[in-house]
Amino acid sequence: MSAADHRLLQDVLGRGTARRQDRRRLFDRGFLLVCLCITTIAVLALAVLLVSVLVEGIPGLSWDFIDRYTSRDASKAGIKAPLWGSVWVAGICAVVALPIGVATAVYLEEFAPKNRVTGFVRLNITNLAGVPSIVYGILGLTLFVRMFGLFGPALDPSMEVGGRIYAIYYDVTGEAIRVPAAARGEAPTLADGTIGYVEEIEDGPDGELIFTDRWTPVTLSVVPEDADDPATVGAIDAYSAAEPADFEVVRPWYYLQFPFGQSVLAGGLTLMLVVLPIVIISSQEALRAIPNSLRAGSLAMGATRWQTTYRVTLPAAIPMIMTGAILAMSRAIGEAAPILVLGVALFITDVPSNLMDNFTVLPMQIYNWTNRWQEDFRELAASGIIVLLGALLAFNAIAVLIRQKLQRPLQ
Amino acid sequence: MTKTILRSMLLVSAAAVLLAGTPEADAQDARKLRGSIRIDGSSTVYPVTEAVAESFKEVSPNVKVTVGVSGTGGGFKRFAANEIDISDASRPIKAKEASTCKEAGIEFVEIPVAYDGLTIVVNKENDWVDSITVDDLKRIFLTDDPAATWQDVRSEWPAIPIAIYSPGTDSGTFDYFKEVVAGKKGMIRSDMSVSEDDNILVRGVAGDKGSIGFFGVAYYLVNKDKVRALPVVNADGRAVMPESTTIENGAYNPFSRPLFIYVNARSARKPHVRAFVEYFLETAPTAAASVGYVGLPPELYGRAKKAFKERRNGSQYLNPDGSAKHGALSDIYR
Repeated sequence: MSAADHRLLQDVLGRGTARRQDRRRLFDRGFLLVCLCITTIAVLALAVLLVSVLVEGIPGLSWDFIDRYTSRDASKAGIKAPLWGSVWVAGICAVVALPIGVATAVYLEEFAPKNRVTGFVRLNITNLAGVPSIVYGILGLTLFVRMFGLFGPALDPSMEVGGRIYAIYYDVTGEAIRVPAAARGEAPTLADGTIGYVEEIEDGPDGELIFTDRWTPVTLSVVPEDADDPATVGAIDAYSAAEPADFEVVRPWYYLQFPFGQSVLAGGLTLMLVVLPIVIISSQEALRAIPNSLRAGSLAMGATRWQTTYRVTLPAAIPMIMTGAILAMSRAIGEAAPILVLGVALFITDVPSNLMDNFTVLPMQIYNWTNRWQEDFRELAASGIIVLLGALLAFNAIAVLIRQKLQRPLQ
Repeated sequence: MTKTILRSMLLVSAAAVLLAGTPEADAQDARKLRGSIRIDGSSTVYPVTEAVAESFKEVSPNVKVTVGVSGTGGGFKRFAANEIDISDASRPIKAKEASTCKEAGIEFVEIPVAYDGLTIVVNKENDWVDSITVDDLKRIFLTDDPAATWQDVRSEWPAIPIAIYSPGTDSGTFDYFKEVVAGKKGMIRSDMSVSEDDNILVRGVAGDKGSIGFFGVAYYLVNKDKVRALPVVNADGRAVMPESTTIENGAYNPFSRPLFIYVNARSARKPHVRAFVEYFLETAPTAAASVGYVGLPPELYGRAKKAFKERRNGSQYLNPDGSAKHGALSDIYR
């Protein structure tokens, strides 16, 4: 090739490169613009959503709204039961799902041999993450709420731990009397002299009754049905004494029944099923992102595999694991479908106080309010959404705190 | 106003609970009853039950009532599984559901509590339609060959374009309308102005001469001056206006349906459940009206009370051979 030819060739090539460079730059700019547009649309949509919810919902927010039970009257309705229900359920879900999820990920990434079996398990976990949550609801219904019907119906469970059972009788004055019973459906035999318990009831300032939960023993007497005796507390007519009006179970905090029924425990465990795959996958990703040199270093110093995992790999992975946990909890607290399938109640005038108590959750209440024809309830729904967002942020803040506490810099 | 209603409801019902009832219930002080009542079922009946449960809490503060929204079918499933005391239903129990209950050894009392009615409304200036049939509605609302103008529905009507205003497609009102007009297979057209807010529907119909829309009867009753309700030609061929009387006597069909509660007979023996159901029947008219439904005529509440007192087992809507009865509540529920 002559020098002239060479120059010509370089010229052509150079022009080509310049033209190509121009086009590449243009493409680069264009792509940047498209990305910017898409991001703006996403952020705008979120902003519009948030602003409209805030504008509609903030006027309805007050301490009363948070501290009242729901009502048919929108101005008196509050969100106490669903708020505490969501807190309980999300709490149970976090306490169960995080340890199991992280442990599974640690096993799969750090300990399990890479063979067909573990490959199959990994594949299935990935698939499970894509299963619609309502399917987990059906699973939770059979597994936790009904326990395959092995222990009878939830209203009349055949196995209970820790509850004290009382038969309820009403005496001639209309007072409810508790008499200890051996089991549900097993009525104690009442006779003159049997000891029953009557709750002390005080009169409130507005004429309402205050139930103190203090119980005074009374000696019972069985009187004939048509007796003309003056009505005294503890006198039960023969008809009422034959069979208790109802049975009541006093539940200490450790009370458990099988099946779980529509309880916070069943709800929390069902949500655990929903988020477990997400927790496992994000924890696996976190562990995979830890450079192998760290593990090699630790092993070379003579640490065992467990020591390496516990002291080196896990602490380094905690920030990412916690990010995954935040995502999972956000999903859990916003889920309505699986909880709805469990058949939990919506109208509740109590806050859960033990694992077997009834509950309802925020998304269910919000959905119900948006479906009412009265405009006031829609505004309540917006206020409810703000409370839901608040609860979500609180849970995430806890996760961030844990992350910061556990985070140790890589050295 | 709600306060006054609530207070009067409380007074009436507290008195009723104390006065009424079977002999063994006489001695009981409603305020001192204790126990829990689990209710689940239709989300259409839910607002009524919620209203009653809320005011019952002030009568018997120690009775814990919980109400769920699993749907009528879901409610009956739980009812048959012995998980709930009372099942809310927006339709009578089906033969299959009743037989599942029977197999599970569950007896129940059927109690109607209120009517849910739909009103078909048009603009006040619409002077050509004096009554409408379900077939007309099919021509207007269904997807196959939908009418563009009123002339397409009936040739004697003017060629004014039809504008449709409909409640949201996930509302119970829409479901009910779809069930009547479209049946199981038909599809409601999608080129309608849809709003979850009934106010917007009223405004839309009021501002458009060729418009048609529908919503709950209660909502029409408070907007009588803005829109015109259409008489609907019923099964007997008579054009009937939606009014409390025509809804109560069943003449306004097919756009009114009774709502029920089904009470587990074993639970009904418990004093607190009995008190609750009696209270429900006492306060149902006011509770129903406050959430947009129509109460039953006193005669029917009387029959319901009697049925509950006698613990009458089974559904009036089912013949002994298991086939379903159709017709007005007042004819069937004896």
